[in-house]
Amino acid sequence: MQQQGIAATGGRTDGAARDVMAGAPAGAAHAGAEDAAAEVYLTLTVAETMCGVPVLAVRDVLTTQAITRIPLAPPEVAGSLNLRGRIVTAVDLRRRLGLPPRVTVTAGMSVVVERDGELYSLLVDQVGDVVPLPRAGRAAKPPTLDPLWRDVAADVHRMDDRLVILLDVERVLAIGA
Amino acid sequence: MDDLLADFLTETQEGLGALDAALVRLERAPGDAATLGEVFRVVHTIKGTCGFLGLSRLEAVAHAAENVLGRWRDGSQAVTPAGITLILRALDAVRAIVAGLEQSGSEPPGNDAALIAVLDAAAAGSLAEPAPPAPPPAAPAAVVSPPPPVAEAATSSAATMDPAADAVAAAPQTIRVAVEVLEDLMTLVSELVLTRNQLLQIARRSADPAFTAPLQRLSQITSELQEGVMKTRMQPIGNAWAKLPRLVRDLGVELGKRIDLVMRGAETELDRQVLELIRDPLTHMVRNSADHGLEAPEQRRAAGKPETGRITLNAFHQGGHIVIEIGDDGKGLDVERIRAKAVAQGLATEADLAAMSEREILRFIFRAGFSTAAAVTAVSGRGVGMDVVKTNMERIGGTVEVGSTAGRGTTFTVKIPLTLAIVSALIVESAGERFAIPQIGVVELVRLGGGADPTGGAPRIERIKDAPVLRLRDQLLPLVGLNRLLDLEAGGTAGEEGFVIVSQVGAQLFGIIVDRVFDTEEIVVKPVAPILRHLTLFSGNTILGDGSVIMILDMNGIARVAGLGAEGGEEARGGVAADAPAWAPEGTGAGARTALLLFRAGDGTPKAVPLGLVARIETVERGQIETSGGRPLVQYRGRLMPLVPLDPTWSVGAAPERQPVLVFGEDGRSFGLVVEEILDVMEERLAVDAAGARPGFLGCAVIAGRVTELIDTAWWLGQTGEDWFGAAGGTKRSSLGGDARILVVEDSAFFRNLVVPALSAAGFVVTAVPHAEAALRLREAGAMFEAIVSDIVMPGMDGLAFARAVRAAGPWRDLPLVALSGSAEPADVSRGRDAGFTDYVAKYDRNALLCSIRQCLAPHLAVGA
Repeated sequence: MQQQGIAATGGRTDGAARDVMAGAPAGAAHAGAEDAAAEVYLTLTVAETMCGVPVLAVRDVLTTQAITRIPLAPPEVAGSLNLRGRIVTAVDLRRRLGLPPRVTVTAGMSVVVERDGELYSLLVDQVGDVVPLPRAGRAAKPPTLDPLWRDVAADVHRMDDRLVILLDVERVLAIGA
Repeated sequence: MDDLLADFLTETQEGLGALDAALVRLERAPGDAATLGEVFRVVHTIKGTCGFLGLSRLEAVAHAAENVLGRWRDGSQAVTPAGITLILRALDAVRAIVAGLEQSGSEPPGNDAALIAVLDAAAAGSLAEPAPPAPPPAAPAAVVSPPPPVAEAATSSAATMDPAADAVAAAPQTIRVAVEVLEDLMTLVSELVLTRNQLLQIARRSADPAFTAPLQRLSQITSELQEGVMKTRMQPIGNAWAKLPRLVRDLGVELGKRIDLVMRGAETELDRQVLELIRDPLTHMVRNSADHGLEAPEQRRAAGKPETGRITLNAFHQGGHIVIEIGDDGKGLDVERIRAKAVAQGLATEADLAAMSEREILRFIFRAGFSTAAAVTAVSGRGVGMDVVKTNMERIGGTVEVGSTAGRGTTFTVKIPLTLAIVSALIVESAGERFAIPQIGVVELVRLGGGADPTGGAPRIERIKDAPVLRLRDQLLPLVGLNRLLDLEAGGTAGEEGFVIVSQVGAQLFGIIVDRVFDTEEIVVKPVAPILRHLTLFSGNTILGDGSVIMILDMNGIARVAGLGAEGGEEARGGVAADAPAWAPEGTGAGARTALLLFRAGDGTPKAVPLGLVARIETVERGQIETSGGRPLVQYRGRLMPLVPLDPTWSVGAAPERQPVLVFGEDGRSFGLVVEEILDVMEERLAVDAAGARPGFLGCAVIAGRVTELIDTAWWLGQTGEDWFGAAGGTKRSSLGGDARILVVEDSAFFRNLVVPALSAAGFVVTAVPHAEAALRLREAGAMFEAIVSDIVMPGMDGLAFARAVRAAGPWRDLPLVALSGSAEPADVSRGRDAGFTDYVAKYDRNALLCSIRQCLAPHLAVGA
């Protein structure tokens, strides 16, 4: 049940991103298309925490995949997987964020992002929705935030009911750098 | 206009590329009207087109050069080395202008007045008069020849103009395609191959016959498409060599050496990507050969060699690889100096060196910062050493070997894959994870027997302290467990069962322990993600036919991490020193050294037999030894093999649990020599002293500092019983030798004793004579054979003269003639072939000899049957 819901969300992701892209120039004459799209995020959950990644960075959302372990790789790297003939390096977002490993029986999800022409997949617990998060709702990172999180978070967004950590994909993928 | 200019530039580049080589050829053969015509035509075309495109500077230079060439062509002036140098200078100027054109689209500013003046003077005849005391760049390499007869030059050059017209007509046969288009095609085909593989795997699982036929068709078309696209990327290696004749010529002038450059196999094709990557290393090696390898003319004269040194490039295909040999006939590498330098640089201790074979010592030249050149010259020895060459070759999955013979020369052998895009790889498993190992890194695959395996014989892992090793024939192979290397949890069976992938990096052989071995698969190597680049154990990753991602192991990386790389550095050479004489490169000047198997049997004196004669070294369980008529026998490969104890006091009852046996002969016609213990394999120069010879032994030799008895295999063969090999005659014999009569001409009794039993054991009827004269007397007496095997170096009439005598006339004229020689270097081989030998085989290489004879006889046997 849960699984199907997620898959459907995943299927919608690309479409949603495209809609935003297509709609922006017509609707927002004052703001550039880039700006409008930049404020749309894909929300995801890792260990009860809601995070967001810019929808423009997202190439794909996948359900569970067979992942090949890579020996001697950094612990954050879960392995690599085959996405339609392209090799994608999987990064375990829980490990990357210093969170305890996942124990639940539900299968995780992958959010595929691109960086320097290479594809990476972020392993998360759940994928939420594509939502506009206007700049007005942004807040600076609190100085007390865990240094690891301070490093990978770009901003914090205040939604009505909860906070969303906006991830800086570049920083997230800067493993061992 | 832009398009016109682009076309002009491409054409001019091509023309210029061929010109250097043509000019050097012309210098050597000034009367070669065809070459002169070709040079003239190219320069003329350049001049003509520049006029059309309004490139005045280029036109002026080309025009002046063309004038000089015109004088040569019409015979009014002779081709002189000084003139050639001048034309080469003009071409350099043309090149510089063309380079400027390419960058900016217009001619770079500059003044060629001086050059043009000299060219004009030359055309007017003021330069060409007395050539010998030529202007500044004095050319010792130059050979001054009389001018060609006027009439001949004129007529033949006229003839060469015609093919040009043909060439224009034939031009549409080829088209220019942007490299990116080909690259894209290659990528797409690679993906198609992967998809095809996936489809095939799915089809294998589901047994729907409807898919079988179209899938097979698809598979075949994909393969053909892959081949076709690969072909478009293939270029003759000669393209990478085009600049070498000029380079060597200039080097010769600069160094005051006379150098001949011989290029063979220039048409051998390889992927252009690989070609680009090897261009610089090759140039560097040729430079090295010219600078360090070849001696100055005086030294060569003193050494009794022709003054003109020779650098030979030889390229050929071997398996899925291209092999390039870069050889010189210079002084060879100075092993003593390398040794001293290795110690001085702290790379090895005297003790380490003492344990190393010469070949391993030679490999020190591949270490970073290692140069034995006493003086750093302008040509080479500028810090860019062989280590860079080696690293570059390894980067593309290739290898470099070096062989050298003092006074005879040095040969570098480069082996590289034909293409980098698709490689064949072995899929292995360790601790439940699969990995791919490129085939080029795999020498051999050994299946391990379980520790308690009652059948015995299967190799198993032994441990020296904690270091696992494997006894493989004559070798002690250091092992590394893949699971330990990769930090994987050990599987339950690891170490007891499974496989050892025998691999070679440099001269170092080692084994990698894996749990399982699957199939080989064609894989498309993809680079790993940047965040994983620091993992040196992997050379890339790929997607297998079943769609899963798999890491590709990098053998060089593994050897380095395991501290095994001979050139790896600090931690080199772990606990186990594995000498590798058996893998000595063929034909790279091993000289008269022979790989000998040392063993103990009977008394305390070590015994030896040339390794080449031994088919296998086996361990036989005592329980398997049976007796028949008082003679020990063992079932071996489905047949009964007689055992001959070297120790007369040996008996089945007293045999050890696991009895070492040397097997001679092959394919069922074999006998086993029972020995006590295998000691070692050594490479030694053999000096046999027949003084203390007794039955069964040829004499004594000092090997590894100890007096060692050499066994006479022929005699022991006789001990197998009542003419065991002869009696088998009528029925079995034809399977191998087919009763073919072989004449062996060999002056050394020692070698005769080695070759004759090997051939008789293979079922041939052998007649041996000690010299060529005796052989020719047999011919006069009317004796007939199916093939002749002859030594090359013999007192009196040597093998080459004998071959010529055989080929000249008489009933033996068409017989296959196999040369047997201590050295099978390419130059020797070609000399042998010129004299009339059908094939050329290194002494002691029993398998090669048998193989060669069988091949030579194959048509004869077919006709006879």
